[in-house]
Amino acid sequence: MIWVVAALIFWAAMFWLNIRLSKSAQSHTRAVRLLVPAIFGITILVVWEGVVRGLNVPGVILPPPSAIAARISTSLPVLWADFVQTFVKGALSGYVIGCGAAVLVAVAIDRSPFLQKGLLPVGNFIAALPIIGTAPILVMWFGFDWQSKAAVVVVMVFFPVLVNTVQGLAAASAMQRDLMHTYSASYWQTLFKLRLPAAMPFIFNGLKIATTLALIGAIVAEFFGSPIKGMGFRISTEVGRLGLDMVWAEITVAALAGSAFYGLVAAMEKGVTFWHPSQRRS
Amino acid sequence: MSRALPVLTVVAAILALWYAAAVWMNATWTRDQAERAGVELSVSDILTDTMAQERPVLPAPHQVVTELWNTTARKKVTSKRSLVFHGWITLSATLLGFAIGTGAGILLAIGIVHNRAMDMSVMPWAIASQTIPILAIAPMIIVVLNSLGIQGLVPKAIISAYLSFFPVVVGMVKGLRSPDAMQLDLMRTYNASGRESFWKLRLPSSMPYLFTSLKIGIAASLVGAIVGELPTGAIRGLGARMLTGSYYGQTIQIWSALFAAAILAACLVGIVGVLQRVTLKRMGMDQ
Amino acid sequence: MTQTPVIQAQNLDLTFQTNDGPIHALKGVDLEIGKGEFVSFIGPSGCGKTTFLRVIAALEHPTGGTITVNGMTPDEARQKRAYGYVFQAAGLYPWRTIAGNIKLPLEIMGFSRAEQEERVKNVLQLVDLEGFGGKFPWQLSGGMQQRASIARALAFDADILLMDEPFGALDEIVRDHLNEQLLALWARTEKTIGFVTHSIPEAVYLSTKIVVMSPRPGRITDVIDSPLPRERPLDIRDTPEFLEVAHRVREGLRAGHAYD
Ligand SMILES: Nc1ncnc2c1ncn2[C@@H]1O[C@H](COP(=O)(O)OP(=O)(O)O)[C@@H](O)[C@H]1O
Ligand SMILES: [Mg+2]
Repeated sequence: MIWVVAALIFWAAMFWLNIRLSKSAQSHTRAVRLLVPAIFGITILVVWEGVVRGLNVPGVILPPPSAIAARISTSLPVLWADFVQTFVKGALSGYVIGCGAAVLVAVAIDRSPFLQKGLLPVGNFIAALPIIGTAPILVMWFGFDWQSKAAVVVVMVFFPVLVNTVQGLAAASAMQRDLMHTYSASYWQTLFKLRLPAAMPFIFNGLKIATTLALIGAIVAEFFGSPIKGMGFRISTEVGRLGLDMVWAEITVAALAGSAFYGLVAAMEKGVTFWHPSQRRS
Repeated sequence: MSRALPVLTVVAAILALWYAAAVWMNATWTRDQAERAGVELSVSDILTDTMAQERPVLPAPHQVVTELWNTTARKKVTSKRSLVFHGWITLSATLLGFAIGTGAGILLAIGIVHNRAMDMSVMPWAIASQTIPILAIAPMIIVVLNSLGIQGLVPKAIISAYLSFFPVVVGMVKGLRSPDAMQLDLMRTYNASGRESFWKLRLPSSMPYLFTSLKIGIAASLVGAIVGELPTGAIRGLGARMLTGSYYGQTIQIWSALFAAAILAACLVGIVGVLQRVTLKRMGMDQ
Repeated sequence: MTQTPVIQAQNLDLTFQTNDGPIHALKGVDLEIGKGEFVSFIGPSGCGKTTFLRVIAALEHPTGGTITVNGMTPDEARQKRAYGYVFQAAGLYPWRTIAGNIKLPLEIMGFSRAEQEERVKNVLQLVDLEGFGGKFPWQLSGGMQQRASIARALAFDADILLMDEPFGALDEIVRDHLNEQLLALWARTEKTIGFVTHSIPEAVYLSTKIVVMSPRPGRITDVIDSPLPRERPLDIRDTPEFLEVAHRVREGLRAGHAYD
C-alpha cells in the first residue's frame, strides 16, 4: 500500500509543479516546453510502477516499468535481431520501394490529365481502405521471410504517397507556369526547376504518413506468418506465453524506431522545404 | 460528371490487369496438374481453368464477386458462413470503439485548449503517439483482457477506440485553435465569456477539422477491430475470416473478406463524409 | 520617328469560350509599338489589358486578326527569347535565393556558369539590389521582391519587357520610387516596354504612348502620344503638360464608359 500512496503523492507533487511551470513567466522557453511533457511522462512511469507494485498486479497482466527496463537490458541481442528483421529488412526496404514507385508513377501519369483524373479518386479511395488486410495474401505469395513484409509495406505506403505527389505536382501556380512558358522551357525543365520543388511539401507530407504505415505494415504482417524472429513475431508469441515484459520491450523498441524514423523524415523535410511558410515560422 | 469516364477507365484497367495476373499466376498450377495427369492443354483450357480454380494463387475478380454474393445475399445472416454476420461482428466493435475514442478525444481536446498545463504536458505525447505503431499492442490488449475474463466485443472496441482517439485529439485541438486573433478579439469586444466564445466561435470553427479527423478515425477504428481479431485465433469477424483463410489456403475466402472490409470502410468513411457535407452546409461553411 | 514596329497588331480578336458563354476579351485591336517606346495600357478591369499582353507573349492565342513581334509570330519570338515578362506578384521561387531566381531563365536558356554569375551581378546592380543576391525572397520587402522579379526579366537581354501591373500591390511611396527607377532603367537599356496599369498618373509619368482601353468587348478607345520629354523628374507631374495629358486620358476612359 505504501507504494500506491507514494505514487499518488508523487503524482500530486508533479501535477502541482507542471501547473506552476506552465503558468510561470518562463513557460514559453524551450527548456520548460521540453520539461513539462518530460515530467508528465516520468509521472506516468512512476505511478505505473507504484500502482503495479502496491496492488501486486501480476506481471502477466501489467509488468512494472522497471521489469520492462530489466528485460530490455538483458535481451538486447534478441531485440536487435528482431529490429533488423522487421524494421531494416521489412519496413525500410518496403518504404523505399513503395515511396519511390509512387513518386515515379505520379510523374509518369503527370502528362495525362485523363489518367490523373481517374487515378486520384481511385487512389484516395484505396488509401482509406484497410490495406493491412492484404497481408495474408502477400504472405502466401512472397513467403514468410521479410520479402512478404516489404511487399505489404509497399502496398500500404504507395497510395498515400502517390496521391500527395500528384496533388503536389499540381501545386505550382498558373503564374509560375506562365513564367516558365515565357522562357520557352521544356517539359522536363519545368518539372525539375518548378514543379518538383513546389511539390516537395506535399511529397513529404505523404512520406511522413508513410513512416508510421510502414512500421505497422511490417509488424502486423508478421502476425500472419514469419520466420522465428521479428518484432511482430515476438509480440504474438510472447503474448501467447504471457511474457508481457518482452512484449512491452518490443513495443518500446517499436515506439522508439517509429518516432526516430518519423523524426528523420521530418528533419529531411526541414532541410528540403526550409522555404515553405510552415517551416519558416518555427 | 467529367470524372466518371477517367475513373471508370482506371477501374477497367485495374480489372484487366487483375485478370491477366490471375491467368499468369494460376497457370503454373494448371500446367502441373495437366502434366501429372499427362494431358495436353490448349490455350483456352488454360484460360478457363485459371479462372475457376478452387484455391487459386490469385482468384479472378468474378470469383471474388461470386463468393461475396454467395456469402451475403444467399446465406442467412445468422449463419457462421455469412459475411454479413462476420461483418456485423467487426462493425459493432468498430462503432463502439469509434464512439468511445471520439468522445474521449473531443473531451481531451477541449481540456487541452482551455488548460495550459494540460496542453504542455499532453499535447507533445499525443502528437508523438501518431508516429508510433500503436497497432502493435493490439494482441496484448486482447490477451490481457481475455485473462481478466473480458472477451468478445469490448477488447476489440478498446483497440478501435485507442486508434481513433489520437487523430481526433490532434485534429480537434487544431480546429478549436483555428479562429484567428481578430475573431477572438471580436468576441472580447463583446465581452463574451470563455464559455460563450467556446460555443459561438471555437466549436463551430472546429467542425471542418473534426470531420477530417473523424474520417481518419473511423478508418483506423475498422483496422483496429480487424487486427484485434487476429491474435486469439478468433473465429468470428472479418479479421478471423482472413486468418482462417490464410491457415487453410482459402484464397477466395481471404479476398472476399478483404473486399467486405474494404466495402465496409468505404461506407463508413462515406457516411462520415455525408454527415460532414450536411453539417457544414447547415452551418454555412461548405465550399 | 519612323522605325519598323516591334509589335504590330491588326484587327486582333480574342474570344474566351466559358461555361457562361463566350467572352469577347479583345475586339478589333489595331496597334503599332515602335522600338524603344514605353507603352502603357490603361482601362477599367476586365477590358483586356492582361489578355493583350498575354497575346504578345504567346501565353494566349488570338481567335482572329494578326499580330507580329519583331516581324515574327509571338510563338517564334518567344522561342527566340524576345521578351521578359513581369507579373503583378513577384512570383519568385521561395526555394531559390534572389541570385538563384535570376539564374532560373539563364539556366533554362543554357548560359554558361560564368556568364550566369556575370549577368546576375549586372542586373542586381541595375535594380539596385547589390548585396541581396544571397537572400531568400521571403526575407525581402514587397518592393524589393518586385525589383528582383524585374531583374529576372532583364537578365537574358530580351529587348521587350512586358509588365502587368507590376507595382499594383505596392504602396504609393514605394511605387513612386520604383517608377523613377524604371524610367532610369529604360533610358539605360533602351528596351521596348509594355506596361499595364490602373493609375492615370503612373501611365502618364512613364509612357511615351498611352493606350486607353474599354471593356465589353475589350477594345482600344484612344492612343495618346505623350508630348513629355524622355527625361522626367518626379515633379514633372505638376507641370501643365502633364496635367493636360492626364486630362485626355481621363476623358478617354470616360468616353469608353459612356459607350457602355
Ligand atoms: N482564361 C480566361 N478564360 C475566360 N475568360 C477570361 C480568361 N482570361 C480573361 N478572361 C476574361 O476576359 C476579360 C478580360 O480580362 P483581362 O485581360 O484579365 O482584363 P484586365 O487585365 O484588363 O483587367 C475579362 O472579362 C475576363 O473575365
Ligand atoms: Mg489584368
